[in-house]
Amino acid sequence: MLAETTLKDKITDLFDKNQDKIFSNDPPEVKKIRQDSFEEFRRLDFPTAKLEAWKNTDLRKILSQDFSFYFEPGKEEIDIDQIFQCEVPDFDTHIISLYNGWYVYHDKPLLTLPNGTIIGSFARALKEYPDLVLKHYNKYAERNKNGLNALNTAYAQDGIFIYVPDGVEAYKTIQMVNVLDREENLFVQNRNLVILGKNSKLKLVHCDDSQNHKSSFTNTVTEVFMDEGANLDHYKLQNLNDDTSLVNSTFFHQEANSQLTTFAVSLNGGLIRNDIRTRLNGEGCDANIFGLYLVDKEQHVDNQVFVDHAFPNCTSNELFKGILDDHANAVFKGHILVRKDAQKTNAFQTNRNVLLTDKATVNTKPFLEIYADDVKCSHGATVGQLDDEALFYIKSRGISEYNAKLLLMYAFAAEIINKITLEPLKDRMDDLVKKRLRGELAVCSQCVLHCKNQENEYEFEIDMSKL
Amino acid sequence: MLKIKNLHVGINGKEILKGLNLEINPGEVHAIMGPNGTGKSTLAAVIAGKEGYDINDGEINYQGKNLFEYSTEERALEGIFLGFQYPIEIPGVSMTNFMRTALNEHLKYKGLDPLPASEFLAKMEEKRKLVEIHDKLTNRSVNEGFSGGEKKRNEIFQMAMLEPTLAILDETDSGLDIDALKVVANGVNKLKSKDNATLVITHYQRLLDYIVPDFVHVLYDGKIVKSGGKELALKLEEKGYEWLKDHKQN
Repeated sequence: MLAETTLKDKITDLFDKNQDKIFSNDPPEVKKIRQDSFEEFRRLDFPTAKLEAWKNTDLRKILSQDFSFYFEPGKEEIDIDQIFQCEVPDFDTHIISLYNGWYVYHDKPLLTLPNGTIIGSFARALKEYPDLVLKHYNKYAERNKNGLNALNTAYAQDGIFIYVPDGVEAYKTIQMVNVLDREENLFVQNRNLVILGKNSKLKLVHCDDSQNHKSSFTNTVTEVFMDEGANLDHYKLQNLNDDTSLVNSTFFHQEANSQLTTFAVSLNGGLIRNDIRTRLNGEGCDANIFGLYLVDKEQHVDNQVFVDHAFPNCTSNELFKGILDDHANAVFKGHILVRKDAQKTNAFQTNRNVLLTDKATVNTKPFLEIYADDVKCSHGATVGQLDDEALFYIKSRGISEYNAKLLLMYAFAAEIINKITLEPLKDRMDDLVKKRLRGELAVCSQCVLHCKNQENEYEFEIDMSKL
Repeated sequence: MLKIKNLHVGINGKEILKGLNLEINPGEVHAIMGPNGTGKSTLAAVIAGKEGYDINDGEINYQGKNLFEYSTEERALEGIFLGFQYPIEIPGVSMTNFMRTALNEHLKYKGLDPLPASEFLAKMEEKRKLVEIHDKLTNRSVNEGFSGGEKKRNEIFQMAMLEPTLAILDETDSGLDIDALKVVANGVNKLKSKDNATLVITHYQRLLDYIVPDFVHVLYDGKIVKSGGKELALKLEEKGYEWLKDHKQN
């Protein structure tokens, strides 16, 4: 506990000393929000196991390390084209990157595409479009107050901003890449804001990667506003080193008839915590929330999903699957809230886990809280081993035990991968999952999608001859 | 080819097979019949190498080898094939890749190179036609969403692909309508040669109208209580297994 107090003290001290830098970009409203949030952080502190939502994820040891904080972008010259060369075939994306927590081209104006889509730095957006930003900034994140979110609001200076105007279909996938590459333990906080206009459409890939082997801590908050009829395909891909910690909070706000599909795919990482929250704030909303985690060694992955059915006639569907090896630990908590007026709600939630050793553990808690009486809801969780009957079936065809197990693990994971609708990404994920299961996936020195060591050929189907 | 002597097998302390003897030679078709719960499926599983059974006594000799020294996959590679009563669904793995993997393991075991993709696909096509499986099924995940009949045909399709020396078909006829039954039987008959053998396990005589056995054995209470030619199956059909009980008591 002493160590944790020390980091809090350090943060408090740094905040007081660096206020000029932190607020340098801020309109008065934002400055006020930040100061209030900082007071809140001082009051709430870092979350501990005493809080129900953090019962199974202990940050104490991680937060007892010393971290470096930066209040200005690094001075190093970055040739981002050198760092990110997208090697996913036919994956035509706009890449926007954060490097050690800062927007790579932070001094560049926002990019406005011919169809009106705006992409760029959050800090820059605050300068150029303060009204648009302030309409949504911190409106959704504050619904789940905890110390880390408050700290993010107080401290985070940069991140990514995306705006898609009414009726516009962003024709290219946007890929946000967050890379840590500094030879010290960084404490990084990003703030992302995504605004989707009425009946607009966006495909967004959000990658978190570490390039080195330092024990960095990333605390990211992303707010996503989806206006009526908006459609978002969102993918979070996490491939971090074994010592890195990532707390990723994503707050969706869905207006009527909006359609959300979001994935959280955790391939590697020391500690990964995904807080995924959506509020269905109008009739006819659809939220699909999928997750896949493949963890081994001492890794820890925690997925917390909260779906707030506030209006009638909405559907939500959650499926999280995980394979755990060695001493790995996973946590899943799915909370579906169906408010009194949210009649005709359909809400489904499933968490399935395969434990490959008797040392791996899962804490899973599917949870329904229903106040309406005309709803269809289900929840369920399973924790088990690979199916012996299926193993026997495969082996009886002459396939080795090792390959039979791989095949079953792959088949287990494929249910999630097959839901990916971006074909090139699906193929790449398929490839990465196979590599991960074979134990060949090194933490890439680059983004999960730009892995240097990737296989040259892509196949839709599992090629067992390579296994 | 296969010699089973005095086989005693139990599961969870309960004895299922109680001194079973059986000999199968190349080119022969044997049928094992018997009421439910007499150990038919246990026999099939034990030959294929399923874990979880206690081999309490006896031996199984296959082509001069003690089968108990071989793992499930090694037995498959040595030419033993089990057609499952309840084929398993493997979502996410296509039939094509499942078969390609299995076939390549067989070739590797024989010291041969993997089949080039074009030859493999040609072989799939040829065998697919043999069991009249729709080509859509071979592109789907293994058994996923297949009807009962499609699953059974798929077992024969896999058998055709792997060309076993000893094929054991466990209740392949259960859940099949007469047309599907004919297709399955036709597939089995076409695969028959002087070098391989088939062991058909069935409940009903019906299948044996189409797969004509050289020998019929009646399994009752863990033992083969009667063996004979194909006419034994007809007698069983006519008189039922009750007749057998009396027979045993006499």
